[in-house]
Amino acid sequence: MTATTTRERLGALASTPLVWGLVAIVVLLAINSLRDPGYLGVELAASGRLTGNPIDILRTAAPLLMIALGMTLVVATGGIDLSVGSAMVIGGAVSMEMLQAGDGSVGSAMAALGVALLITAVLGAINGVLVAFVGLQPFITTLVTMLAGRGLAKVITEGQNTSASNEAFRWIANGTVLGAPVVFLIALAILVVVVVLVRTTALGMLIESIGIDPKASRMAGVDRRSLLVAVYVISGVLGGVAGVFATGSVMTVDVSNTGLLLELDAILAVVVGGTALTGGRFSLAGAAIGALLIATLDKTVVFLGVSSAATPAFKAVVIVALCLLQSATIRERLSRVRLRAPRREVTA
Amino acid sequence: MTTTIERPHAAPKPPWHRRAIERARRRGIDVRTLPTGAAGIILAVMLVYGEVAYGQVLQASTLSNLLINNAHFVILAVGLSFVILAGGIDLSVGAVIAVSSVAGVMLVGAGWPTPLAIAAMIGIGTAFGTASGVLVQHFGVQPFIATLAMMFLARGLASMLSTTPQRLPDDSSFRLLGEPWKLIDGPRVNDLMASAGLVVAVVVVVVAAIVLQRTRFGRTVYAIGGSESSAALMGLRVPRTKLAIYVISGTLAGVAAVVYTARLGTAQNITGMGWELTAIAAVVIGGTLLTGGYGYVVGSVIGALVLGLMTVLITRDGGVPPEMTTIITGGILFVFVMLQRAVVRRRR
Repeated sequence: MTATTTRERLGALASTPLVWGLVAIVVLLAINSLRDPGYLGVELAASGRLTGNPIDILRTAAPLLMIALGMTLVVATGGIDLSVGSAMVIGGAVSMEMLQAGDGSVGSAMAALGVALLITAVLGAINGVLVAFVGLQPFITTLVTMLAGRGLAKVITEGQNTSASNEAFRWIANGTVLGAPVVFLIALAILVVVVVLVRTTALGMLIESIGIDPKASRMAGVDRRSLLVAVYVISGVLGGVAGVFATGSVMTVDVSNTGLLLELDAILAVVVGGTALTGGRFSLAGAAIGALLIATLDKTVVFLGVSSAATPAFKAVVIVALCLLQSATIRERLSRVRLRAPRREVTA
Repeated sequence: MTTTIERPHAAPKPPWHRRAIERARRRGIDVRTLPTGAAGIILAVMLVYGEVAYGQVLQASTLSNLLINNAHFVILAVGLSFVILAGGIDLSVGAVIAVSSVAGVMLVGAGWPTPLAIAAMIGIGTAFGTASGVLVQHFGVQPFIATLAMMFLARGLASMLSTTPQRLPDDSSFRLLGEPWKLIDGPRVNDLMASAGLVVAVVVVVVAAIVLQRTRFGRTVYAIGGSESSAALMGLRVPRTKLAIYVISGTLAGVAAVVYTARLGTAQNITGMGWELTAIAAVVIGGTLLTGGYGYVVGSVIGALVLGLMTVLITRDGGVPPEMTTIITGGILFVFVMLQRAVVRRRR
């Protein structure tokens, strides 16, 4: 009896996409550790910072984690947000321009951050209004804002890669608290806030209801339009935050490359985390795992000495593997194998 | 396809665009052709405006250059039309062009005869298309994710082949494909020109239009886009067709790679970055609905030419900063989706 329940529990666990994401991370880290036994070592440097590969991975994962959270909410409503990469570059461009004009004080850093977030919120609101009130498809709407957004960032910086210096700003992106990178702590804090916001209230359920059946949710009295605008605004703002950090770590915005195609990585993280693109049930923890997996993969490929330009090929392998594991056809076959197993035990 | 709903007498007067559409419908105009027609009008207006504002636009050399330089893009848009008409999406085409052209140029460099290299390039496209199709059809992976995986795979493989620009040998017969022929030797440099690539594009467009309008396969594509379950219930070969559209899209990406490489003479792993989105934009501008079921191949051709002409006009103008290009692309796309929104009623 207990054996069956354990097996059932294992089966249930195996069908959770989140677990496969974790397994993939562990496998990648194991490969790296085989090559260099000290790979997972974390040291406390004299300056009071923790250094080591795992810390590096967390630092790289942070911006992706932020945009993946916003993307999860958008995808849960049955939408998609292709414009987050452009939100990132706008956030970066605005903050760098503000800092260049500012006096380098903490106040100017806060002002730069504030204005950057405000503008990306407006970008998200445009998406939201077009999807919710005008009734355009999310894919096309956000494709428009993605194209226009990157153009806007270039207009803001007049096509230049603007650099600036501001100690407070730099600290947010590169600094540490108790040895841990600030940027990852902030990403973690955002994760916790979002999870608390949607899971301890009915908000998450309402968002899922829109994704499962917009008509039914409207009949049930869900304020679909406001919720849609809200998730696109959240996605835009989180894109802005991610952009500020991505540019803050080098204190330069590269208008052609900051956040380029990162929306695809974010969508990938969301799907790896078990949220279907058709909308409905979503997993924020899954998206976080997905973001960590992608960051780990990026680092692994570089660590193994493969040209970083070839990273996408490895991403493809991971996506295909995870998609196949989650696909109904394969799962059916696997479950048949699993059903046969106990019979063998009986004969033995 | 569109159902007319009788409005009750007390209903408020419909907005102007609805009334205009009703008028058109009463006059026996198929309203489904309106977005495509509008795209044609916009193209004509752009041509006339260009002639008036900058001169030397409505002349043989400019127009033939427009067609020759966009031949690959037209082929790409035609391939995507099949997928989008059936309600799917193919994000891999840009990356497939990269891997196919890099491989082709390297094969020619290694001494392969031109026809064999071309066959290999098209074959690479077919292989990626088939892989996407199998993932979508047999493993139930969402088209967005399946083709995203193929996009990453193709981009990664292209980067593994080479990260530096590859050049076709100057004496290679491959280059002849892209060589412009003078059809009419006009005064000064005003010649009417064509190229083998342009001929290929015309053939592709004509064949695709006939297949979509006149064959059982083509009508099945439309039927799947209208409603997949209805198509299946009608006994149409849905699985086979769904696989075939990705094969077609991939193959045409391979053909586009041949045409593009022949004209340019070089290939690089970053070729075609973001082309899938521009091609989707071209298809949508041409009046094809992203949810599938409505649209024409001719529209996609017009859409591709609208985008191509826009670049020409911006270059001619000289006063428009290059960073505005994507903003204008986004703007044109926006105008067209709004137009479609007005014409096609919400179907659910």
